[in-house]
Amino acid sequence: MHSLILRTGTRLLLALMVLFSLFILWRGHNEPGGGFIGGLIAAVAYSLVALSFGVAEMRRMLPADPKTILGAGLALAIVSGLFAVVGQGGLLADPYMASRWYISYTETGEKGFAIGTPVLFDIGVYLVVIGGILAMVRGLMEEL
Amino acid sequence: MEVVLAFTIGGLVTGAVYMLLSRNLLRLLFGVIILSNAVNLSIFLAGGLDYGVPPLIQGADKVLEGTYANPLPQALILTAIVIGFSLLAFALVLVYRGWQDMGTIDGDALRVAEPVETTPALEAAARARKHGRETA
Amino acid sequence: MSWLVAAPILVPLSTAALCALAWRSIPAQRGISLAGAVALLLCAIGLLAQVAGGVQVMQMGGWKAPFGITLVADTLTAIMVLVTAIMAVAVAAYSLGDIDPVRERNGFHPVFHALLVGVGGAFVTGDLFNMYVWFEAMLISSFVLLALGGTKEQLDGAIKYAALNLIATAALLLAVVLLYGLTGTLNMAELARLVPQVQNQGTVTTVAVLFIIAFGMKAAVFPLFFWLPASYHTPAVAVQAIFAGLLTKVGVYALLRTFTLIFVGDTGWTHGGILLWIAGFTLVAGALGSLATKDLRKALSWQVVAHIGYMVMGLALYTPLAIAGVVFYLVHDIVVKTNLFLGAGVARRLSGSSRYEGMGGLFRSAPILALVMFVPLGSLAGFPPLSGFWSKLVLVQAGLAAQSWWIVAAALVTALLTMMLAGRIWAEVVWKAHPAGDLAGLGGFSPGRRVALVAPLVALSLVTVTIGVWPEPVMDLAGRAALGLLDPAPYIEAVLGAPAPQPTMVGELPVTPAAPGQGGAP
Repeated sequence: MHSLILRTGTRLLLALMVLFSLFILWRGHNEPGGGFIGGLIAAVAYSLVALSFGVAEMRRMLPADPKTILGAGLALAIVSGLFAVVGQGGLLADPYMASRWYISYTETGEKGFAIGTPVLFDIGVYLVVIGGILAMVRGLMEEL
Repeated sequence: MEVVLAFTIGGLVTGAVYMLLSRNLLRLLFGVIILSNAVNLSIFLAGGLDYGVPPLIQGADKVLEGTYANPLPQALILTAIVIGFSLLAFALVLVYRGWQDMGTIDGDALRVAEPVETTPALEAAARARKHGRETA
Repeated sequence: MSWLVAAPILVPLSTAALCALAWRSIPAQRGISLAGAVALLLCAIGLLAQVAGGVQVMQMGGWKAPFGITLVADTLTAIMVLVTAIMAVAVAAYSLGDIDPVRERNGFHPVFHALLVGVGGAFVTGDLFNMYVWFEAMLISSFVLLALGGTKEQLDGAIKYAALNLIATAALLLAVVLLYGLTGTLNMAELARLVPQVQNQGTVTTVAVLFIIAFGMKAAVFPLFFWLPASYHTPAVAVQAIFAGLLTKVGVYALLRTFTLIFVGDTGWTHGGILLWIAGFTLVAGALGSLATKDLRKALSWQVVAHIGYMVMGLALYTPLAIAGVVFYLVHDIVVKTNLFLGAGVARRLSGSSRYEGMGGLFRSAPILALVMFVPLGSLAGFPPLSGFWSKLVLVQAGLAAQSWWIVAAALVTALLTMMLAGRIWAEVVWKAHPAGDLAGLGGFSPGRRVALVAPLVALSLVTVTIGVWPEPVMDLAGRAALGLLDPAPYIEAVLGAPAPQPTMVGELPVTPAAPGQGGAP
């Protein structure tokens, strides 16, 4: 599609939308948001590129093939659950997907920064959604 | 409110069944879309309607305060929409490819995978009928 | 708790992820695919050993039932997972010699394992909504596998398959949420406790019938099976084999699970009424359909339908012997159907056609193969020393004991028709001379391909013979599975903990805390 407005707009929007999708991904940790919706936003951003500049350009802008992104996300999501292998009760004592946390405490003993395996799972979902949708978009656009 | 929603669902299902009975595959898919929306609406209804706040724990709290909306139907609907969306996207491409390759979206005309089975006796009978017509 | 409960999902999922990561390298994908299937088999054997000690439960992420996602494995689950794993190994090996490079490049291996994820998930889930999700995971993978290759015939079959299964999906979802609306839970163990307490039992029966329609469509029972003969003969042989072996049986498993655990309040109507009639018609319709076609693959597709009838018949009779018979039949049928489709694939490769008039000469050109193929064919018909005989015997015995004369008659007539079909296939494909003269035989394949194509056939035939001459261990397992199904108390306790009745909202009317089994309509 050769639309100057769409092309110019896409250039502006792409970075903004990808950044926003990362923000949504991070925000999903404790508030509405998360990997799924974030992944959708990023996928829409890249689909916009595919619409205005073509599929080849979209693939060039992506760090890897959509199918590889999908596989990596799936692997990450699986691995995030495997942290539960080592539990307090010993090996394999906790169920799969039991979360593991790192929490930093301030000098006064207050809870500070906390990060855990659910984030990893969410990032996996984010990648699966991007990979899956872009693989689908590419297939469709090459087909139609 | 429940009654209104129930009738809406009924209306949607009626429309969906009408579309599903069509021989046109595209209409059939539209029927499936309407049907899945009717089902999603009934998930919403099955979860119970309530005036409440979103089921989110506020920053300082440890538990949910006050009346809150049932979060489970929302999760179920979201899942159902995502699944339905991917299935439909695939089905649409399938119908499109079918139209490209076979040149038809009429369900009755799709006989590639199931051609009419004939036997020598049936073929002979068909030939005899044709012959009869020609000589008559 | 055991991590092996999650293995039927985790192992194929990891395999699929690794295959997707190794997208560019086909040889790597082949290796990963076979290794993943073997790993699944090892895990399945471990799981079967573990369930001997009681029902195994895993509350995902530590979120307790009924609020979290629960994975449960009892004897039935473990048996099904083991058979699935055996089929996975056989078909993964066969696909190395059968799947063409184009299909491999388009992602046969990852999607094949994604299909196994759906199958395994449906077996181990303890939650009805999750069962719906796994069914859909299975469905979308099966769409892709069915259309992979994109010939006209495949597109035609896939469109019909997709259209009817989309409607079944909507029916299943509707049934699940109506049950949720009635009870306020989706956990199957808790449903087993709460459903008897629903005030208006008529609504439960209505929902049960909706479940019969939804799962029945997935299982391809009598009035709802038309998608199966329209599509199953079109895709690649390895895909046909795994579809015929597993997909419809997951529907049977779902029926078996829900109609022994949840919907047991009105068995006279749901089991003795609807399911029994469905079973009779499925049996006869499938058998007649298989005789009416002159295409080997189509005849076998119709046989898939016919033999679903036997399993539904056992469930409908609903006695310990009959349920044990169903489990035995599931094991026998999955092995035999997969084997038959794989064998038909080799026969088609050798003779260049799958229609009877273009086939023949196998006995002359590939005598060993013909002998190996006799095993599943004879077992399908129910010849005495093979597994098909025992499984039919148990079901017929159960039918006689329940004095359901006409279903026994239908089962025996179907067995007779199947025997006719087996004779016909033997005569047309194996004995008759090939119209084009002598065939090249198995020597025409490269050594690697020969092993990949024939080894799974031999292995599955050996399984069938072993079950046939030594049925006690399998019957013993099936009996244990049946006991677990008919007395669900240990299952429920394993999921929910010791029975601690809580006040719950049922059908919008508060029910006072009652001892389990005491509630229900006044």
